[in-house]
Amino acid sequence: MAKKVVVEATINGEQTEFLCEPRQSLLEALRDVLELTGSKEGCLTGDCGACTVIVDGRPLCSCLMLSVEAQGKTIQTIEGLAQPEGLHVLQQKFLEHASLQCGICTPGFLMSAKALLDHNPKPTEGEIRYALAGNLCRCTGYDKIVRAVADAAQTLASGTRKGSAGRLGSGPSASEQTEQFLQEQEVK
Amino acid sequence: MINSPAPGGLWALHAINYESPKTVDEAVKLLAAHGEQARPLCGGTDLIIQLRAGVRRPEYVVDIKNIREMRRIEFSMQHGLRLGAAVPCVEIYENGDMRKYYPGLTEAAHLIGSLQIQSRASVGGNLCNGSPAADTTPALIALGAKCRVVGPGGERLVPVEDFCTAPGRTVLQAGELLVEFQIPSPARNSSDAYLRFIPRNEMDIAVVGVGASVTLDLSDERISEARIGLAAVGPTPIFAREASQALSGKRISDETVERAAQFAIAAASPIDDMRGTAEFRRHITGVLTRRTVAKAIERARSTQTSR
Repeated sequence: MAKKVVVEATINGEQTEFLCEPRQSLLEALRDVLELTGSKEGCLTGDCGACTVIVDGRPLCSCLMLSVEAQGKTIQTIEGLAQPEGLHVLQQKFLEHASLQCGICTPGFLMSAKALLDHNPKPTEGEIRYALAGNLCRCTGYDKIVRAVADAAQTLASGTRKGSAGRLGSGPSASEQTEQFLQEQEVK
Repeated sequence: MINSPAPGGLWALHAINYESPKTVDEAVKLLAAHGEQARPLCGGTDLIIQLRAGVRRPEYVVDIKNIREMRRIEFSMQHGLRLGAAVPCVEIYENGDMRKYYPGLTEAAHLIGSLQIQSRASVGGNLCNGSPAADTTPALIALGAKCRVVGPGGERLVPVEDFCTAPGRTVLQAGELLVEFQIPSPARNSSDAYLRFIPRNEMDIAVVGVGASVTLDLSDERISEARIGLAAVGPTPIFAREASQALSGKRISDETVERAAQFAIAAASPIDDMRGTAEFRRHITGVLTRRTVAKAIERARSTQTSR
C-alpha cells in the first residue's frame, strides 16, 4: 500500500542509504534491511531495552521509532562499538567481569552504558543503575553488569586500559578470581 | 542497498503513510483532512505500541516533531513558560531553567519509563494518551498549566485538569492538535514537587502519583497559594481542589499539611487492580500528598536566596 522510502542516515560513522516501508521500525530496518542483527528484539513495547541504539547521542528503543524517522540522523549500534584497535573498554570489562551468559541483552546494555558514560563519565552506582533501568537481563542478576560499567568508567577516566574491580566493592574481578583459583590449584 | 526480505513477522505494523509537516497549520490540515484515519506521532512510545497491537489502525501517521513551535522551551521570569508539546522529556531535564524554576515537572519527566523512553516521550504525548496514571499531568495541574489547542476552527486554551475526560480520552476534536503548554511564571518563594509510588525502582506505571506546588508568604509563615494534582486514583488525572484550598492562607505546619492530605484522599476515587487495592491507594495518596507538599515548601523556602 505505502511506497518504499529511501532513508539516508549516518550509521556507525558511515553514510548509509536504505530502502524501507514507513511501517517498519528502526529495529526492523537495522536487522532485516541492513543486516545489522546485533540489536535484538525482546518485547517490542519499550520495556526490555534489548533493541537499544544511540540516535543523535541519546539512547532509545529502536522498536519504538519508525525507520523513516532515521532520515538525517546519526546512529550508533553495537556493531560500531568495537574499534579497529580492539574491543571498547566497556566490552572488555563485560568479559572480565563475566557480565553476560546468554548474551541477548548485552548489546542493549552496552549501548545504554556507552550513552551513560558519554554524558556522565563518573557515574555513581545509583546513577549507573538508573541509567540501565531500561535494560532487562534474565541471566546474570545485574550485579556483574553494574560492576563492569563502574570499572569501565574508572578505566576511561584514568586514561589507562587496566582498571580495578570497580568502585562497588573491594576485591578482584571475576576473571582475577578465576586466575587466583587456578594458580592455587597448580600449587596443590 | 538491500531489500527487505520479510514483512516483519507477526508484530508488523499495518501499512501506513508517513507525513512530516513543518508547521502547525500544515499538521492541522493533515489531521482535519484525514480525521480518524490520521494520528499524530511524537515520541511513539505509546502510539507505536498501539499500532503494533492493532488497537489503532490509522492510515496516516503525522510526525509532529519537526514543527519548531512544538519543540521549543521558552522561559522568562516576565512571561513564564511556553513548553512545546513535542519536547522530549530528556530535553526538559537537561534544561537549566526547567530544573531551577519547575523542579516538580522536571522530576516527573525524569521518572517516565526509562532513559530510552525519555529520549523520545513528550509531556504532550503523556497528556494526550489520556492515561489517568500519566506522571507529568499532576505536575502540570499543580502548576496551573493551560493547554494551547489548535484546530481547523481556531485556537483554544484548555486548563490541563480539564483535558482528559475518561481513560484514554481527551477533549481533542477531529483535526485538533495540542501545540504547547503555557505555565505561569514562578512567583517569589514558590516551587513544585512530584512523587509517585511504584512497586519497583523504575519503569513501573504509577500506583499513585501526586504533584504539588506552593507559594509561600515567608513574612507570615503562611502558604499563600497551593495546587495539588493526583494520578492513578481516578478515571482521569485529578485536580484536588479542596485539598489545594485547604492549604491556601494557612500557617505552614504539620496540621495544615495533614488537613490537605485528608482532602486529597477524599478527592481520590481509586479502583482495585493488579497494581494495588483502592484502600492502599487512598492511604498512599495521603502519604505522598504530605511528602510532596513538604518538599515543595522546602524548595520554595530555598528559592528566596536563589532568585
